[in-house]
Amino acid sequence: MMEPGLYHILFISAALFFIGIYGFFTRRNLITMLMSTELILNSVNLNFIAFNKYLWPGKMDGLFFTVFVIAIAAAEAAVGIAIIINLYRSHQSIDVASAEDLKY
Amino acid sequence: MNELLLLMKNELMVTAIIFLLLFIKVGKGMSNDRLLPVVQTLLLANLILGCFFNQEGALFGNMYHTTPLIALQKNILGLGVYLISLVCSDWLKKTEHLAEFFLLMLSALLGMYLLISGGNLLIFYLSLELATIPVAAMANFDLDKKRSSEGAMKQILSSAFSSGILLFGISLIYGITGTISFSELPQLADGSALFIMAFIFLFSALAFKLSIVPFHLWTADVYEGAPVPVTAFLSVVSKGAVAFVLMTVLYKVFQPIESTWYILVVILSVASMLIGNLFAVRQQNIKRFLAFSSIAQVGFILVGVSSGDIGSSTAVVYFVLIYLFSNLAAFGVATVIAAYSGKENISDYKGLYQTNPFLSWVMALALFSLAGIPPTAGFFGKLFLLTAGGSKGSYVYLLIAALNMIISLYYYLRVVRAMFMDKNETPVPPIQTGASAKLGLIICGIGIVLTGMMGWIYDYIQSLH
Repeated sequence: MMEPGLYHILFISAALFFIGIYGFFTRRNLITMLMSTELILNSVNLNFIAFNKYLWPGKMDGLFFTVFVIAIAAAEAAVGIAIIINLYRSHQSIDVASAEDLKY
Repeated sequence: MNELLLLMKNELMVTAIIFLLLFIKVGKGMSNDRLLPVVQTLLLANLILGCFFNQEGALFGNMYHTTPLIALQKNILGLGVYLISLVCSDWLKKTEHLAEFFLLMLSALLGMYLLISGGNLLIFYLSLELATIPVAAMANFDLDKKRSSEGAMKQILSSAFSSGILLFGISLIYGITGTISFSELPQLADGSALFIMAFIFLFSALAFKLSIVPFHLWTADVYEGAPVPVTAFLSVVSKGAVAFVLMTVLYKVFQPIESTWYILVVILSVASMLIGNLFAVRQQNIKRFLAFSSIAQVGFILVGVSSGDIGSSTAVVYFVLIYLFSNLAAFGVATVIAAYSGKENISDYKGLYQTNPFLSWVMALALFSLAGIPPTAGFFGKLFLLTAGGSKGSYVYLLIAALNMIISLYYYLRVVRAMFMDKNETPVPPIQTGASAKLGLIICGIGIVLTGMMGWIYDYIQSLH
């Protein structure tokens, strides 16, 4: 059986990144859009960990970065969900299409 | 310990104000009429404190560094927040949650201070988030207005998306070079295709925050939906902070690939100026109008950024100072009128001069300065920006910038014409402007006139390099 190497992990993280971007642009539900950005952040975490383990085992910056990214992602999700709840109160929906008062 | 207190004095002061506001909120609470002067005094104290004992130094293993120039940049941002607390006081007095508003605004300001001082991509990322997440919460401050929550939703989603892109770029940079420190990166940058891709990821996240075309799509909606003080904060203080840090990132960290970023900056600045101007022409809402005008102004800032020498960073700092006065004067008048009459359309400004001559004069002065008409400071700011941009000898680029200044004259003067020359049966009724709002508008007006006249300000900024 093949040992997974750096390229396998980078492939997964790049795939996750683009799935996140694809989801962000195609989904019309706000919660799903927020989930897509979480996917992007998690792909970044994978990247950092993989680089740290395979390329720069002596430099722990990548590992520290991951911890901070997880914390900030939680904060961002908290504010995002608070805003979405408020949007639901005023629009009775969390579909992006319902929130389009502001246009050119 | 002494060094820590001295070098981080701006950050510590802002943190102290944040804690004080928290204690006031948790304790008995204060009425808005009493709390607002307290906050204004504290912000003024922060500004005065920032003017003294500025020295060079680094802390925490080079994660935080400061120079007199960085201290000046912080003071410009602090001045912006102080002026917002003055010119928007009529709106602020009416809001239900004044303490929370300043809590969020000062948290964002703290993030911007750390952003300018950061010497490490980790600090850079953390402070960029600290500078954007509270602003999204602030954009939702009109809790019962549909547009406010829509604007906030667009702001949080776009900033979450852009920070994801930023992080992906940072992770690639870490993978290539093995370091995230600003001082080590220039030696290790190899200019390979992967490194340039990582740079473009990082740059596009900054472009999101600066709302450079084509990353500007959220801007107008957020500006229109958010309350006017938040819009003023977004368009002046956060733009200024990101413009300052953009210079650090481009000039110091990405110095080895200067030829690459020069092309990128030129293309994006031309696009910003053109699209910002062309969209501003057809706007009816004053906030949307100022949003597109600020996109165009960012294009001009990029003209100055593009050349990458001392002259350009002086010109950008000088222009941001002028832009702060002019834009805050315009937003101040818009806030006063929105707070008293609820009107936000340019057509509502028709005949404003007959009922409110003071407000119309301040607005006209601000718009002249934004358009860059000679006696006002805006002209000198733009002049230095274009001179700096021309130092690389690309005159076609300067010609495009100059032509864009002419287009921008049309739409700025359209508002002036509406205020002074158009007749209106039902103009905005005479408004009794509050004392502190008046003070703020007068400071902005003096700043617009005098900053351009006094050449020593430019020389002073240059001497700090």
